[in-house]
Amino acid sequence: MTLEIVSPGLSTTIQDLGRPGYFHLGIPEGGAMDRLSLRAANLLVGNPEDAACLEAVFMGPEIRFGADMVVAVAGATMPMTLDGAAVDGWTSFEVKKGQTLKFGFLTEGARLYIAVAGGIDTPPDLGSRATYPIGALGGIEGRAVAAGDVLPVGQGTGKAGRTVAPELRRMPGRPAELRVLPGLYWHRITEAAQESFFADEWTVAAEADRMGYRFKGGRPLEFVEREQPFGAGADPSNIVDGCYSYGSIQVPGGTEPIVLHRDAVSGGGYFTLGAVISADMDLIGQLQPNTPVRFVRVDMEEALAARRDQVAMLDKIRGALA
Amino acid sequence: MAEIQAPVPGTFYHRPAPDQDPYKAAGDAVAAGETIGLVEVMKTFIEVKAEAAGTFKGYVADNESPVTAGAVLAEIDA
Repeated sequence: MTLEIVSPGLSTTIQDLGRPGYFHLGIPEGGAMDRLSLRAANLLVGNPEDAACLEAVFMGPEIRFGADMVVAVAGATMPMTLDGAAVDGWTSFEVKKGQTLKFGFLTEGARLYIAVAGGIDTPPDLGSRATYPIGALGGIEGRAVAAGDVLPVGQGTGKAGRTVAPELRRMPGRPAELRVLPGLYWHRITEAAQESFFADEWTVAAEADRMGYRFKGGRPLEFVEREQPFGAGADPSNIVDGCYSYGSIQVPGGTEPIVLHRDAVSGGGYFTLGAVISADMDLIGQLQPNTPVRFVRVDMEEALAARRDQVAMLDKIRGALA
Repeated sequence: MAEIQAPVPGTFYHRPAPDQDPYKAAGDAVAAGETIGLVEVMKTFIEVKAEAAGTFKGYVADNESPVTAGAVLAEIDA
């Protein structure tokens, strides 16, 4: 079975839950920016949660199906039509061979997850089909899908008419609140900067992609004076090269925070003031440019509680679709 | 009258480059498929094109303003 990409949208990539285990070699985990939505889309069509889907950002692709299959779209809100008839998001539906799925304008969120029963069946690289364009890994020849691509689809068992209840569809609020755990280099900024970082409202900058999300509009962060360490750059935001974690927040020059996301580099010479907690990383994947954002300080206990809440939500989705 | 909408959210530009004139001024002829502006998102500039031919009426969204997907950017008298 196959599906054909008639038009690719802005940037549509094949994604699954990524390839953990290679970050120490500089190869990011990658995978869906919003993992919960990808899992939900897969569960809706009866797939294993880590099956490969299409992740489309800001703009939907146009897809023609080469066989009868069951499809579900989760994540961002975007009206869609199958051969001109409206179909609902977060709900599985049947498509017939030759039918075409099209999308309208994005209304909420940022990324769609389009799952087909059986999953996209392109060859995995390092255990994952997730597209990592910089490393030319996964996807189709390591790139985003293009018009005319015909993607192989596995054998599925999904059923139409399954749905995820609205209260289990997690999307960022407005302003979006991203919880942050201060980290190793927190001491590098002044107390005033530590306060203003959390007090100010930031907005998502245009430079926001799978590698990182940049924020602007808050007051610049002032640094504690220091003697430049051997091996560190001259800017006060420089450190002797260190490791970066997923979600870590670097602020080059103290001006615009960048939250490193799924396709991020694994280390470098900028201090990181802390990290967005794992439970809120999916929310970043659903942020549009110019969205207002507040960073909310949490401690480790609160971060772990939030992670448990996120797992509980996933368990509810699993239970409802079992 | 036809409205031209933003295909993606981002920042809208009337001009191909900061030191150049806007793509269109009121009264200009617009051909179907012609570019009337740019939306910048994810380090990419996406051309905004007129779907139908007509006479350019004017920009609705300001130059360098943030826009959402589907926002009306300009109007054309068909």
